[in-house]
Amino acid sequence: MKHIISLLVENESGALSRIAGLFSARGYNIESLTVATTEDPTLSRMTIVTVGSDRVIEQITKQLNKLVDVVKLQDLTEGDFIEREMMFVKVKAQGEAHRSEIQRLSDIFRARIIDVTDTTFCIELTGSGKKLDAYIKTLHEKDVIEVVRSGSMSISRGEKALTT
Amino acid sequence: MELSGAEIIVQFLKDEGVEYIFGYPGGAVLHIYDAIHNQDEVKHILVRHEQGATHAADGYARATGKPGVVLVTSGPGATNAITGIATAYMDSIPLIVLSGQVPSAMIGSDAFQEVDAIGCTRPCVKHNFLVKNIEDLAETLKKAFYVATTGRPGPVLVDIPKDITAPQIKIPYEHPKNLKMRSYNPTLKGHPKQVKKAVELLLAAKRPMIYSGGGVILGDASEQLRKVVRKLGYPITQTLMGLGAYPGTDPLNVGMLGMHGTYEANMAMHECDVLFAVGSRFDDRITGDTNKFCPHAKIIHIDIDPASISKNIDVDIPIVGEVKQVLEDMHSLLANHHLSPDAETLKKWWQQIDGWKAQDCLAYDRDSKLIKPQSVIESLYKVTEGNAYVTSDVGQHQMFAAQFYLFDEPRRWINSGGLGTMGFGLPSAMGVKLAFPDADVACVTGEGSIQMCIQELSTCLQYDTPIKIINLNNRYLGMVRQWQEFFYEKRYSHSYMDALPDFVKLTEAYGHVGIRVENPADLDDAMREAFALKDRTVFLDVITDQTENVYPMIQAGAAHNDMAISPQQEMRRNSINPEGELA
Repeated sequence: MKHIISLLVENESGALSRIAGLFSARGYNIESLTVATTEDPTLSRMTIVTVGSDRVIEQITKQLNKLVDVVKLQDLTEGDFIEREMMFVKVKAQGEAHRSEIQRLSDIFRARIIDVTDTTFCIELTGSGKKLDAYIKTLHEKDVIEVVRSGSMSISRGEKALTT
Repeated sequence: MELSGAEIIVQFLKDEGVEYIFGYPGGAVLHIYDAIHNQDEVKHILVRHEQGATHAADGYARATGKPGVVLVTSGPGATNAITGIATAYMDSIPLIVLSGQVPSAMIGSDAFQEVDAIGCTRPCVKHNFLVKNIEDLAETLKKAFYVATTGRPGPVLVDIPKDITAPQIKIPYEHPKNLKMRSYNPTLKGHPKQVKKAVELLLAAKRPMIYSGGGVILGDASEQLRKVVRKLGYPITQTLMGLGAYPGTDPLNVGMLGMHGTYEANMAMHECDVLFAVGSRFDDRITGDTNKFCPHAKIIHIDIDPASISKNIDVDIPIVGEVKQVLEDMHSLLANHHLSPDAETLKKWWQQIDGWKAQDCLAYDRDSKLIKPQSVIESLYKVTEGNAYVTSDVGQHQMFAAQFYLFDEPRRWINSGGLGTMGFGLPSAMGVKLAFPDADVACVTGEGSIQMCIQELSTCLQYDTPIKIINLNNRYLGMVRQWQEFFYEKRYSHSYMDALPDFVKLTEAYGHVGIRVENPADLDDAMREAFALKDRTVFLDVITDQTENVYPMIQAGAAHNDMAISPQQEMRRNSINPEGELA
């Protein structure tokens, strides 16, 4: 089952490689990983999307907690949470009909065209991973030039929070 | 006090009460060596290979409970130390490894003797640090000691670029106190509710079994374990890493468990209804087939590391905390409890265990014309009256030592259990002897293992560490040969050691005493002679029976009741039926 694990880690050069190394050394999966500093510059916040049985997820959270650089950890999938991912798609957009079709589709998905040339659009879209997948499906494969996805970032709903 | 980085390191080690540093100099650590030269409080032991330094510091740490300290240079100094670091990591031994690094400005330039020591060691340290500013040096060292020695202990590496230790830059130094790390807080005290539940389950048991491991020794909880076990009167088995926490000669002790454990210990594991795991981690050499592990048992598990709980085996009552404290709490509860174990039920269980014991699973041919390896350990036990510190390498000799030397005290049996590192025995014995110069220290080894760190014989002479090396010389990599005999139809692929050196002459060349024994009748005398030479390192080269195998044996991945207990039996599955009888 898919789990989203949120971590607060020391903002130190080795922290990311310790966490990535743990996943590879113990054979755990990383579906996506995002990381950036928080409002406290000594802390980074990381969101890891991983897949595994309950037993594996329990080990992942325990092993992560054991790392000296990990300050706090939360498995967001244990409660209600909000998940968003951002994507840029560069697509071929040639001819009046084709360009307006892409524009219409983007409107439906609330995507924004953020860069335009005579032959291409660059589109920005934010949403759940599934929404992003769905949007890509609507485009013709041969039209897609480049896709950049940020990986999931997540936060719990309500008052519960991951803070120090 | 204004000190250079190098002086800070040496002063810090003094302030921590460090007696010995095991190390090897090189370009990146020359400033530190210069600071070591100016004092004699912290003694430096110059090894002959950095692997030897880590094992010696490791042996020192295992025997004393204090952290071992290692100093190596950058590049090959650091990479040579890695086997020893990984050895300490697998057995949770507190080590502080200081490695030199090329100057900060040259990091990443593929400089001479540059290696990413932080990256190389990351998977086999509890934590590591790169010192980026001299101002951080003292606090980083303090953190290293704190992390290495608290919670589940382990090795910590501190990588120190050469410019940090330069004599020109001096800063004020004070020994850091009151260290706080927001991201590191080991759980120390077991949850009282869990402790209570555990006690109740234990008292209600019909066929209880206590299984204790290295955590009891690392946690200095031997005394507490003894109190609880004796209070309950339950059978106890100990892992390879746990030997000596509970006395080997005590009637409640049923011997080691696992792959080469005793028949009675493994059968009792299989049949028990309550298993009490104390500071042990359900390693695969212990559990065998995890699906058939203790099939009838409810399991209680005390461990300081939450990640050890339910990692390999699901447990019913987990208790995370210091084993010493938890056992102390359990003992007070037991002492005041209105319930006590049912004497009649317990008696029946012991009768069943005594029945298994009657199989005499460690029996061997005592009339053999060739020296049996088991008899060498028995002779060692007799001559040292069971009081020696025994280190070992890895293989058949290690298992024989674990089976036949009955350790009555903790920290006396020193071996690489987790990583299984050949070459560990000799340097670790050196570390033990430095810690306890008046004690008998023996290194039980084989002709394969000893050659992996034999250069340390030279260190033994320089620092006068008179240890006794007991070499079970069967001209084979014995455990490899045993597996090839059982599982590869006797195709002995590269397990025979041809062209062995004359160990007696070799030892003499290193300035020590060498004695060869080929006849069973000469064994005890030679053993006595070796230990009578109090101030000499003696290499006892014992020519043993090449065909001897370690029994009992559970095949890797088989169940506890699926065990071969003697050479007369063919090595095959299901040789013992589920009822525990020989098929």
